[in-house]
Amino acid sequence: MYAQLVETGAAETSEKDREFQEKIDRGVRIEANDWMPEGYRKTLIRQISQHAHSEIVGQLPEGNWITRAPSLQRKAILLAKVQDEAGHGLYLYCAAETLGISRDEMTEQLLSGKAKYSSIFNYPTLTWADMGAVGWLVDGAAIMNQVPLQRCSYGPYSRAMIRVCKEESFHQRQGFDVMRQLCEGTEEQKAMAQDALNRWWWPSLMMFGPSDKDSVHSEQSMRWGIKQNTNDELRQKFVDQTVPQAEWLGLTVPDPELKWNEETGCYDFGEPDWSEFFEVIKGNGPCNKDRLAARNKAWDDGAWYRDGLTAHADKQNQQIAAE
Amino acid sequence: MDPIVTFCLRMGDTTLILGQQTAAWCGHAPVLEEDIAFANMGLDLIGQTQLWYEIAAEAEGKGRTPDDLAFFRTERQFLNAQLVERPNTDFAHALMRQYLFDAWHLPMQEALCDSSHEAIRDLAQKSVKEVRYHIDRSRDLIVRLGDGSDESRAKMQGALDALWPYAGDLMATDEVEETLAGQGVLPGLDRVRRAFDAETAATLSRATLTIPENGHARTGGRTGIHTETMGYILAEMQSVPRTFPDARW
Repeated sequence: MYAQLVETGAAETSEKDREFQEKIDRGVRIEANDWMPEGYRKTLIRQISQHAHSEIVGQLPEGNWITRAPSLQRKAILLAKVQDEAGHGLYLYCAAETLGISRDEMTEQLLSGKAKYSSIFNYPTLTWADMGAVGWLVDGAAIMNQVPLQRCSYGPYSRAMIRVCKEESFHQRQGFDVMRQLCEGTEEQKAMAQDALNRWWWPSLMMFGPSDKDSVHSEQSMRWGIKQNTNDELRQKFVDQTVPQAEWLGLTVPDPELKWNEETGCYDFGEPDWSEFFEVIKGNGPCNKDRLAARNKAWDDGAWYRDGLTAHADKQNQQIAAE
Repeated sequence: MDPIVTFCLRMGDTTLILGQQTAAWCGHAPVLEEDIAFANMGLDLIGQTQLWYEIAAEAEGKGRTPDDLAFFRTERQFLNAQLVERPNTDFAHALMRQYLFDAWHLPMQEALCDSSHEAIRDLAQKSVKEVRYHIDRSRDLIVRLGDGSDESRAKMQGALDALWPYAGDLMATDEVEETLAGQGVLPGLDRVRRAFDAETAATLSRATLTIPENGHARTGGRTGIHTETMGYILAEMQSVPRTFPDARW
């Protein structure tokens, strides 16, 4: 999930609020110029911008391997994938802008550390197999979350998600294909794949956010049609989909409590270490500081470029005005 | 070596090393649109590399694959122009390197569209569309940033001063090109240099930048003589396949 622990505004009780809720309940899409409660607007801005920031920061862990991809084809696929992430960031920033916030404001919030992005991108990519595990697990988890978001009550977000989902499912398949190739390869390659699964499994489960009983913001978001499923529902779905894939690859999911439950028709599984999750969210994950430093460096180093283009545009405008 | 093999390696190595350097900007560029644009150019360049290496590998006939050529040759065996291995010092260097490359690459690909060699002609006819887009983009940015703020002009002039001496290596020719020109494989080679000079003179003047007077002094890449940055580029790019030489990816 690319948006976690999104703080949700409270619903009001005016006539307008009631009509708005009825519209949502009837499944009518809300568009940028429609009236909406402030809480709804603010929740969406937080969620969409957090999602966009995740795409932007998400370029970094995979970008770390573009220059070291082990074949020309893998290099091209990985580069195309990271390019897609940047494109998703662009759609999402545009969707958030329809709610009355500028891209510069959102960028400022990311760079100052005020805005959050998904906890998953604060983990390091240490071997080539991580490009497989990230595509397979991280994009797999993201799809679980994003497919229902295609039906989100806010039109611009919903439409952005439809485009994003098409590309994400390709990403997940390419990640799985990297893993498949490793698992069919040498002993060293198989060990590399298993090691990547060991490191990415629990952080991937944490992407869905804390357990429903500890998730304070879910209920109102669900009433507003911003969120469609609970964290635990999505996490269960992800485990049920992913465990058979791991078995097919010949890999072992690093959870001693993982067991098929005949009664529920689902897998039982262990509890992620939520203290680790909250530490990462607070800024104490393995890469939080590196990720923010990289984004700040890109922004600061690029100031001359942005100022230069603005100066040129000003000169052009002055020239037009003078003519 | 068969002149076709040498020529295709010169071309493919040049697109690969530039693609490698371009791709490294993904996630680190000054604006999101540049992250996307640099990734896009990197993809085109890597795609072109695969095509050049396929022709080289087939002409060579030793059963090597494009990946063997990319990941299992040494620095002295790489025949790219020195310009493309110059470092990603800052975004101004990256843009100027791309522009000088494009100013050569477009007339080169246009010339190759009339090649007597079928595979090269097909490659050029496919690539020339991508290359036309690349130069439209990089020319536009050179003009806007050269004729931008005082700081952006200084940055772009600094990059031009640093990179101009290496541009000549793109156009360096020897008996390989002369042989292929004689066979019609490389038609109109004399026009490439003139097109490069005309393009750069016009654009750099619009950008209010001054072409350095020291000329194109640096050459050697075409015969495997590189600058000190090259070894590091290969060390990084080749590290995984060389660590696991028996693996397939």
